[in-house]
Amino acid sequence: MLLKAQDLTGGYDQRPVVQAISLALVPGEWLSLVGPNGSGKSTLLRLLSRILKPQEGSVLLLGKDLHTLSPTAVARQMALLPQQQTLPDGLTVLQLVSLGRSPHQPWWQWELDAAGQQQVEQALEWTELQVYRDHPVVELSGGERQRAFLALALAQNPKVLLLDEPTTFLDIHYQLQLLDLLKRLNQQRGLSIITVLHDINLAARYCDRMALLRQGQLWTIGPPAAVLTPDHLRQVFQVEVEVISTSLGRQIIPIAARGINSRRESGGHSAPLSR
Amino acid sequence: MSQTLQDPTQISQRWKKSGVFLAAIGLLAGLAVVIMLSLTFGSVAISGPELGAALLRQGNPTYQVIVWDLRLPRLVASLLVGAALGMSGALLQGMLRNGLASPFLLGISAGAGLVVVLLVSLGIWQAWVPLGGWLGAVGTTSLVYLLARQRGSLSIERLILGGVAFSSFFGAIQSLLLLLSQDGRIQAALNWLIGSFNGRGWAEVRLVGPGMGVALVVGCFLARPINLLNLGDDLAVGLGTSLTRSRLLIGAIATLLTAGAVSIAGLVGFVGLIVPHGVRLLVGTDYRLVLPFSVLGGALVLAAADLLARSGPVELPVGIVTAFLGAPVFIWLLYRRRATGGS
Repeated sequence: MLLKAQDLTGGYDQRPVVQAISLALVPGEWLSLVGPNGSGKSTLLRLLSRILKPQEGSVLLLGKDLHTLSPTAVARQMALLPQQQTLPDGLTVLQLVSLGRSPHQPWWQWELDAAGQQQVEQALEWTELQVYRDHPVVELSGGERQRAFLALALAQNPKVLLLDEPTTFLDIHYQLQLLDLLKRLNQQRGLSIITVLHDINLAARYCDRMALLRQGQLWTIGPPAAVLTPDHLRQVFQVEVEVISTSLGRQIIPIAARGINSRRESGGHSAPLSR
Repeated sequence: MSQTLQDPTQISQRWKKSGVFLAAIGLLAGLAVVIMLSLTFGSVAISGPELGAALLRQGNPTYQVIVWDLRLPRLVASLLVGAALGMSGALLQGMLRNGLASPFLLGISAGAGLVVVLLVSLGIWQAWVPLGGWLGAVGTTSLVYLLARQRGSLSIERLILGGVAFSSFFGAIQSLLLLLSQDGRIQAALNWLIGSFNGRGWAEVRLVGPGMGVALVVGCFLARPINLLNLGDDLAVGLGTSLTRSRLLIGAIATLLTAGAVSIAGLVGFVGLIVPHGVRLLVGTDYRLVLPFSVLGGALVLAAADLLARSGPVELPVGIVTAFLGAPVFIWLLYRRRATGGS
């Protein structure tokens, strides 16, 4: 297993947002975390990416506990694209992407070596940013900027890429462009991917498996066709949906949201399939 | 990609590289001029050939004493303190992602000031001041770091708030002590609180100089963690940074540099705040360049300020010169930054 969560519980302060989730990422697969607001999908991703320390349970990267490995050792295997980026004032695209080589450079190495430069070039090529290499990152459009941060993560040459809502601030064109790019990386380079995605239809269209979260627990996990059923969506999202089969795979059409109170009423029962 | 698109970018890159090169040449030339003037200029003017002879311990014995025991140690002290404040400011501005950070932000000035004023009001003076200032600086920053620790993580906000809180608390005690102390002693303390190189010599430089030299070199190697921290906490972690460890290390080096500077010259303001801003205008925001250039820039600015401070009919504390010239320059820098669209 590439990345494995075992009875993972964690969150902020003493309040666990994610409760006893176990799941495993198969090499080469694209796993999507979906669920309602506050279901803990972003928190789960932050636990998986070493940003948060688990309160209980553990995350194993290639069989070793994430928090016993050195930070750079983790960063050589796993890269992260956070939901919101701090814009690096004054850095060019090339300078930004070059920072992706940091975990591979010894601390005294000032400039990139030839292999590092090649990785950076490759990352720029994948994201089609060669033209913008000397442009300041702040001057790029939203979609290009997101690609620049993706190139930064790719320059790390990771086995696993974690992305937190990578399409949130993008228009529909850039959304598809970014996800298509990820699909190519997934299929051609064998990059394993975990995304948090708000848009269930986009998730269903691109990922191999979906993990459906509800109130910090894993409700179900499996291929989109198995996860996207009217029952699951009613129980987790409190929405009535129609599930249709399209040429792009299974997609949902939301029909109606159940009342504000109904969400709370049904909150009592829980059936975490993960245990 | 097509060739036509690559050409202009390569030209712009080469231009940028040459810009950095020019900045380095300019700073070094400026340093050479200031060093030359500092050694020759003063109440006794010494010509170039005379200076050369004196440096080789030849010629007029009075000149030898003036150069070796008065001007050279003072120049070395001002270069060292300026370099330390420049790098310390750059380290803290980078680590805290805050352009208003100065070497004194984490409570260093208040801690050192309190200890020194305490020593002065108790009548213990001179010999203990450098050590006392150093201990006060290091002690206060350690307290700020301890307070900022929260379940094993160090947040930027808590560091800044802790620094501000300690600064005002210790500042209040310091003011009280100054009010209660005898008249003549206030004068002595005041000179130190403003920052001055008057009468500073080899003793002070020898005491903290070697340590500061090491810290300046180590500081240059902190460029990578700072560059990564500037991408935000999450991404920095994703790129293999340990937030706590890097913030401890950067803070420790910045504190050692500032404490050393304070123990030599007192609380010289504005250099550590302004120099990194000016440097970023010159060479951009890559800290691999910002840090070494801040060392050069700080040394140049403070040595020049000290030259100015002792050029007038009455010698001024150098802290007055840096504040007097620094404030307008800072306002101009901010204005320029906004005009060029920087945030």
